[in-house]
Amino acid sequence: MISYGSVTKRFRDGTVAVNNFSLSVPRGSLTVLAGSSGCGKTTLMRMVNRMVDPSEGQVAVDGQDVAGQDPVALRRRIGYVMQNSGLLPHRTVGQNIATVPRLTGMDRSAARRKAADMMDLVGLAPELANRYPAQLSGGQQQRVGVARGLAADPEILLMDEPFGAVDPLVRADLQRQLVDLHHQLGTTILFVTHDMDEALTLGDHIVLLQAGARIAQQGTPKDFVSAPASDFVRDFLGLDRGQRTLHRETAADGSVLLLDPHGRPAGVLAE
Amino acid sequence: MRWILDNLPLIADRLWAHVATSLPAIVLALLISLPLGWLAHRYRPLNGPLLTGAGLMYALPSLPLFIVLPVLIGTGVRDAVNVVVALTLYGVALMVRSVADGLDGIPPEARNAATALGYRPLRRFLAVDLPLAGPVILSGLRVVAVSTVSLCTVGAVLGIPSLGMLFTDGFQRGILAQILTGIVLTVALALALDRLLVLAGRLLMPWARTPSRRAVRRSHRPGRSDQTDQTDQTDQAGQSVMPS
Repeated sequence: MISYGSVTKRFRDGTVAVNNFSLSVPRGSLTVLAGSSGCGKTTLMRMVNRMVDPSEGQVAVDGQDVAGQDPVALRRRIGYVMQNSGLLPHRTVGQNIATVPRLTGMDRSAARRKAADMMDLVGLAPELANRYPAQLSGGQQQRVGVARGLAADPEILLMDEPFGAVDPLVRADLQRQLVDLHHQLGTTILFVTHDMDEALTLGDHIVLLQAGARIAQQGTPKDFVSAPASDFVRDFLGLDRGQRTLHRETAADGSVLLLDPHGRPAGVLAE
Repeated sequence: MRWILDNLPLIADRLWAHVATSLPAIVLALLISLPLGWLAHRYRPLNGPLLTGAGLMYALPSLPLFIVLPVLIGTGVRDAVNVVVALTLYGVALMVRSVADGLDGIPPEARNAATALGYRPLRRFLAVDLPLAGPVILSGLRVVAVSTVSLCTVGAVLGIPSLGMLFTDGFQRGILAQILTGIVLTVALALALDRLLVLAGRLLMPWARTPSRRAVRRSHRPGRSDQTDQTDQTDQAGQSVMPS
């Protein structure tokens, strides 16, 4: 469990990235912090593994204030997947994935086996283990990033817009896989994105942030679509533009089709 | 040709003296430049003074330096140590900038990732920063190696043995073969050292030579951006249901 208690982050130049923010992230949830760039969502995420320390308030993991913990030990037990994969370009795929196990003292051959297991878990072909990151596609790099984040069997996985830079088809596939992995492993995942579609696809709990990390609304994807709390939320979801409106149409055989705003069938209504 | 065959031991001697003087200078220059370059990279206010200072050092004329150095460090005028120290100074003058540039050029996301993974600062420097700065440091080192081998000959004017002595001596005695031998061997030694460094770089930094996929894609398939790999393609094919 991650909890934020009245957290404020003021940077040296005086900008307030996060203003009096409180939130509980339940254990085992896939919580999405959504919002446009500059709303403080990445800053919030980085407080969990002490990449950023709050100016006021505290962040606790499993009830323990992280401020009192060794940042290095903390980081090694919290997985982190970043934008553009953040792979170490001078390490092979296998070495990248095995980084944290090796840092925590696992011997070379055990770490190699662990890396192979993780590659299997995220659907990477074993022969990629000896490639360098620059030799992989964007989608493969992100898979390696996820495998590396999970390699130390962390209870918490932080993901900072991990799928932002890959093309839509690959992204959809990575998202589907992440949901599967989450069900399979039960890891608490804190996921940052500016893409509301991604938030609705992934999150079992969504926190939509405005400037200064003010919570515009939090709840399940259904809550957002059925009961948006404000105009800001409606706008961010694209509800006013009719982007999520489906129209009912009865087909010749009597089945009920749902049409998207462009009149294309989104699916068939099951009664 | 005859001169060369008659004087092989002398040539070997000079060659050895040349290597024994320039090699320590190159190694020392690298070892000294690493911390200095790191300081220039890490502490911005030091960046200007360190790099300018190093640059000015290279502007010192070598002959006067060879004469002043013994006085400063208390060695004899004909001591090879003078040459090693002077060459080290020139090497440092060139290397500090390479090290600082190399460290400056590390992709911030790689450094960030290393921190997020849980590297301690020293280990991160040795295992991530230094290797990633490696290619730039290596190219600086190649320049230093070649320039040191060539500068080393200047010591001959003061009577410190090196390949340079083959041409000062040959000039005085009017032996063209000796002059040419000195010049050719100096160039050959510089080139050999350079090749060795390139090879060492390939062995130590195999990743630096791997072309990025993007570059490969650009050169083979101009205008195509959908060239995904096999894994992704099979995955996409296997995905039949869109998230509802």
